[in-house]
Amino acid sequence: MKVHVDMNLCQSHGECVIPAPDVFDLGDDDVLVWKEDVPEERRAAVEAAINACPMMAISIKD
Amino acid sequence: MRRLVVVGASLAGLRAAQAARAAGFDGDLVVVGDEPHLPYTRPPLSKELLAGVQTPGDCAFPSQAVEAEWRLGAPATGLDRAAKLVHLAGGEAVRYDRLIVATGCRARPWPGEALPGMHTLRNVDDALRLKAAFARRPRVAIIGAGFIGCEVAATARKQGLDVTVVDIAPHPLLPLGPELGELCAAMHRAHGVDLRLQTGVASTEGGTLTLTDGSRIDADVVVVALGAVPNTEWLGAPGGLACDATLTSLDDPDVLGAGDAIAWPHPLAGGEPVRVEHWTTAAEHGQLAGRNALLEPGERTPHDLPPYFWSDQYDVKIQAVGFPNRADRLEILESTPEGDRFVAAGARDGRLAGVVAFNAAKRLGWYRRQLPALPAFDEIKSAVAADEKALGAAVVATT
Repeated sequence: MKVHVDMNLCQSHGECVIPAPDVFDLGDDDVLVWKEDVPEERRAAVEAAINACPMMAISIKD
Repeated sequence: MRRLVVVGASLAGLRAAQAARAAGFDGDLVVVGDEPHLPYTRPPLSKELLAGVQTPGDCAFPSQAVEAEWRLGAPATGLDRAAKLVHLAGGEAVRYDRLIVATGCRARPWPGEALPGMHTLRNVDDALRLKAAFARRPRVAIIGAGFIGCEVAATARKQGLDVTVVDIAPHPLLPLGPELGELCAAMHRAHGVDLRLQTGVASTEGGTLTLTDGSRIDADVVVVALGAVPNTEWLGAPGGLACDATLTSLDDPDVLGAGDAIAWPHPLAGGEPVRVEHWTTAAEHGQLAGRNALLEPGERTPHDLPPYFWSDQYDVKIQAVGFPNRADRLEILESTPEGDRFVAAGARDGRLAGVVAFNAAKRLGWYRRQLPALPAFDEIKSAVAADEKALGAAVVATT
């Protein structure tokens, strides 16, 4: 699956890093970095990140 | 358990409904809400929505995907535990096998006579009214320098409005302590806010506030930002529903709670009951209560995550984890040389209690991972001093 983050919405809360640290991380400048291609078995973790994001910035494009 | 009723159709209620379905609940699921709207996210109300950068549509959660019956515009008015009924305004009653209370809070109203031009800010309709009022270029007075008051002040100043903020407290944002509160006061003053601290409102007449120091403020819009009150009178629990660590109400295992409306014992607060009004806590609570409601009391799991909150004011993102308000005092442990990004932490009984970051999200994450173990504060200070990723570490190393 493809993970998309709307960087116009992201405000670097880092909530997504907690359930899916293998997918999301904050850089030293606090800007989010993430993997776009994520194996299907991590879907639950990415969905948890979607729910944790206060900005509703994360989505999955199948 | 065939019928789960969630009272409260905001973040905590939505997450509870989603979690129950995700955990395989296939019975009747009813979500009751007092507002006519499907769930939406509230943090933008004082910022992006008020500024006109986002619309109400942008704030809506994708809640249609949850298979539930939504009873909106129907405030709960009473609870009959024996008959397992929630009474709604209009006389209808909803039967439940298990109930999740997620009714949140309302803005604390002005204790005196309401004036024309007086606003509170809690709901999207409040925000749209205030936005429309701001479009008329009013002089704005804000009573209360807490998070909502400060965020509204920042939004109004960005629009170039005249803003006066009044609070009887010695500094804004009381939970952050005096040092960081002073920094916030300086920030608001640098952005042109007329900040009157240790000053109360003695009287109001028309558009004029007379303050306790005798001065007068003429305002077209008065924003009352005096905090929030739990919406729990309907179940006979004014001040909040008392729950155990698994978010189960103390006097009824078939009634659980989530979000701002409940108090529960938190291990990072010494096991004392706390009531927390943060977005993230509402989301976490909802998710856990939705799962726990499907289990028997002995199988339910506790909520013990460190509370997290944030506030955006001008170009500063304030973020905090744990209970900084319970710390003896906050001490800046790392900072850029310019002081524009830093992390402050505080101890209670010698152990890390809470952390506040200004524009330092990644570093906050490190502290957040340490908090659940309640580390000794001295150990945290040593670890930060030795951490080359700490802010300003390079500066320390070369001087």
